Amino acid sequence: MITGTPKPIEEIMEMLEPYDNIVLAGCHGCVTVCRVGGEKEVQVLASTLRLAREAAGRTINIREVSLERQCDPEYVEQMRPYVTDYQAVLSIACGAGIQFLAEKFTTTPLLPGINTGFLGVTERQGEWSERCQGCGDCVLHLTGGICPVTRCAKSLFHGPCGGSVQGICEVDKETKCGWQLIIDRLVALNQMENYGKLKPYKGWNSSRDGGPRRIIREDMI
Amino acid sequence: MKSGSNLEKVLAAGHFSVTAECGPPRGADPDIVRKKAAFVKGNVDACNVTDNQTSVVRMSSLAGCLLIKEEGIEPLIQMVVRDRNRIALQSDLLGASAMGVRNLLCLSGDHQKFGDDPQAKNVFDIDSMQLIHLAKTMRDDGVFPSGDKLQGAPMFYIGCAVNPFADPFEIRVPRLKLKMEAGADFVQTQCIYNMEKFKKYMELAKREGLPEKIKILAGVTPLKSAGMAKFMRKMVAGMDIPDAVVNRIAAEPKEKQADKGIEMCIEQIQELKEMEGIAGVHVMAIEWEEKLAEIVGGAGLLPRPVVE
Amino acid sequence: MLPCTGRIDESLLLKAFENGADGVMVIGCLEGDCHYISGNIRARARVERVYAILERIKIGPNRIRMYNLSAGEGSKFAAFANEFVNQIREVGPSPINLVRGATKTEAVTAKETT
Repeated sequence: MITGTPKPIEEIMEMLEPYDNIVLAGCHGCVTVCRVGGEKEVQVLASTLRLAREAAGRTINIREVSLERQCDPEYVEQMRPYVTDYQAVLSIACGAGIQFLAEKFTTTPLLPGINTGFLGVTERQGEWSERCQGCGDCVLHLTGGICPVTRCAKSLFHGPCGGSVQGICEVDKETKCGWQLIIDRLVALNQMENYGKLKPYKGWNSSRDGGPRRIIREDMI
Repeated sequence: MKSGSNLEKVLAAGHFSVTAECGPPRGADPDIVRKKAAFVKGNVDACNVTDNQTSVVRMSSLAGCLLIKEEGIEPLIQMVVRDRNRIALQSDLLGASAMGVRNLLCLSGDHQKFGDDPQAKNVFDIDSMQLIHLAKTMRDDGVFPSGDKLQGAPMFYIGCAVNPFADPFEIRVPRLKLKMEAGADFVQTQCIYNMEKFKKYMELAKREGLPEKIKILAGVTPLKSAGMAKFMRKMVAGMDIPDAVVNRIAAEPKEKQADKGIEMCIEQIQELKEMEGIAGVHVMAIEWEEKLAEIVGGAGLLPRPVVE
Repeated sequence: MLPCTGRIDESLLLKAFENGADGVMVIGCLEGDCHYISGNIRARARVERVYAILERIKIGPNRIRMYNLSAGEGSKFAAFANEFVNQIREVGPSPINLVRGATKTEAVTAKETT
């Protein structure tokens, strides 16, 4: 899923300074699962903002909504009938959702209520970690199902580097060495022959470095 | 000869070679480099110039190489893949070769979080293994990786680094083999204190026939004090300093620890000299370049051979 | 009606403050005694989160507190209630009520002058 973290309330308050009448929009997709932008978070944030604003001597009217997904046009359109009745939309969906709203509602300012994180998994309640950078050229079949681009702090294709100590990465004591994980897994799978090969230079053009990406599936259009 | 570098010639002639390293200054003052160079001159076959080591910003490695070259020392340019993409790396390889730098060390580079600018964007477009391959392709095939012909191929004696003590141990020798296959002519190891473990590493390397295919220069760093030993053991990733080594220097009174460190380093070089498969030493006297002559001379490795 | 403190969520607690509460006490069953296994433990975590929010937006702290009691501890309930009321008296009315009070007074004053 796409993960995220709430923006500090002070930062949101500052963004909202010019406005007294807004929509607060959540999303039922990834951000609901990682507890940062779903219906509940909309309720809590709306209450928090109303309390904070009123305590500061100025009320704010907030329309609370939660779309099925902010990244799909049919759900975004549900906001169209009323969005112009408000001065701004504060969205707590991921960056994709927020931008999609901004694109569709061209005269309404869009404000981000969360910081979008990464493509990750739930380790346990309250803990998520990154797995994929969407580089556009998957090699997991060669690396024991563990991504060197994401899990190695240096995205090495021939790791581990000298900074790997007892399975821990040099950047942080809490971070496992991605290459140690890859090697352990290759050993377990009896696929160490994959390790001893020189891999071609990665084509980063299928990643973000090639510019904003599009997927066109002729078979689906 | 692949590069015609002095280091390559010395090694090819079968001499036990000596390299050292010189960290460029945290500023633009060339005299700091020249001062260090004076301590290095005559004591080595080539001198590494580090490339923003530990991600701390310093004068560029290429500039440092040119400065020591002016002083009559053969430079060995270190190049990390942390800060430059393949376009910049190729360009710098061409530039370095054009300016007469003939030795190259290909490295990943410490993560930027250790340096001045932990917020910097890292590059890691290609990794150190691929940089070796890139330099070899350009040198031997006279082409860019894109296939376009070079107007003059860069001439490098290509090196890599290994840490025989990093984890997992079982991958260390296969990784060296991979670097050799990618095109490395020589390797400089991380500083060695645990000689037992290093011997084990060399046994495995010999079993793969590596010493015949790649020149292995063993890394040593003289300890200045017991405190330095303890600090390095604790703070430097992958640094293996056995208790026996720490205890030996700690047994000396404080004012004599530095001398003891030098003595221990000389002993170690002598031991390495006798080891099968070791082609030379890489003496990393960190901010202690003035002791280089004493160490190299003490180990009976002076004067350095002149090979035509 | 709440069957269990486990049903309480942060927004419900914040709503109480929006509705003018100066303080909120949450009373759950004794820890380890929850009919739904961990409802009261979850409630405690939520109370702590709301405590942090209130502190952050300068409404609280000390305006919300979780107590644990069994149904048979009437006198203890009374003691806790008194304790909490005293605590809230000490911290005074919620800033929300102060603002609303001021607005009301202004409104009254405005009415009187017209």
